Amino acid sequence: MTTRDVLFALLGLLTAASAVLSVVSRQVVHAALWLVTALGALAGCYLVLGAEVVALVQVLVYVGAVVVLVLFALMLTRAPIGRSPDVDNPRLARAAAGVVSVVGAGLLAVLLVGVVGGSAVDVGAAGSEQARSAAQPLARSLFGSWVLPFELLSLLLLAALVAALVLSRTPDGDENRSGGPQ
Amino acid sequence: MIHLWPAVLLACVLVGAGLFGVLARRNAVLVLIGLELLLNAANLLLVTFDAAYADRLHSGQVLTLFVITVAAAEVGIALAVVLLLFRRRGDVDLRRARELGEASAEDAGIPPEPAASAAPR
Repeated sequence: MTTRDVLFALLGLLTAASAVLSVVSRQVVHAALWLVTALGALAGCYLVLGAEVVALVQVLVYVGAVVVLVLFALMLTRAPIGRSPDVDNPRLARAAAGVVSVVGAGLLAVLLVGVVGGSAVDVGAAGSEQARSAAQPLARSLFGSWVLPFELLSLLLLAALVAALVLSRTPDGDENRSGGPQ
Repeated sequence: MIHLWPAVLLACVLVGAGLFGVLARRNAVLVLIGLELLLNAANLLLVTFDAAYADRLHSGQVLTLFVITVAAAEVGIALAVVLLLFRRRGDVDLRRARELGEASAEDAGIPPEPAASAAPR
């Protein structure tokens, strides 16, 4: 057990608990806020694993942007405040979903924990040369060998932006149309 | 030094939570939350194995950044789709949105949707 192990265990427990709470909570806004906690703690896990840039991007994009979009969606769809019974499937479907997810996660855990076993890696002590220069090779790789997918992703973001705009646009004269397809 | 199995185990827990969120929820936005958890599990595995193999090109971290970007684009589109669904139907209940499904709502024993007057303009 090293300091990193302890830190990772604490942050990982926080992440797991908030992730589970965010999918079982009956209050929709609470679910979104538990998602914030899970994603923030996961950024801490990335930090412990020695991926500072990923942790920062996680905070910026996920905690900053994605969660705000989810909260916007909840508010714009008039999510009920307080407990609401109709956010979940019926009891039988929930039980089936629970069995499927537990079995799936268990199988994955058996496979992956079997692969990594008890191995440990050195991710660089804090303040060492290896830890200090972690961002530089990442940047070289990102803007070197990965530059074409990077540019493609910018196109994808542009396309997604335009598509979201087109989808959410109300055409003129659409306001008075009665409630959709009959 | 850091052991790898806690990170892998955490990714498995995130997969389980995300799968449950996708399967058990009927509010479309809450299904999206489950989807985000699934994507984050994949990200955590990428970062973990990037650290495990000490890849000099940091492919795992670069791919994680890409996945985060794609997730941002996906959530933007999904928000637009959910809002469109809400504008058309007045709710975001995925069990009621079955116009393109094989069976009608009555066949599946689901109460019919509220009258069209409940839909907002």
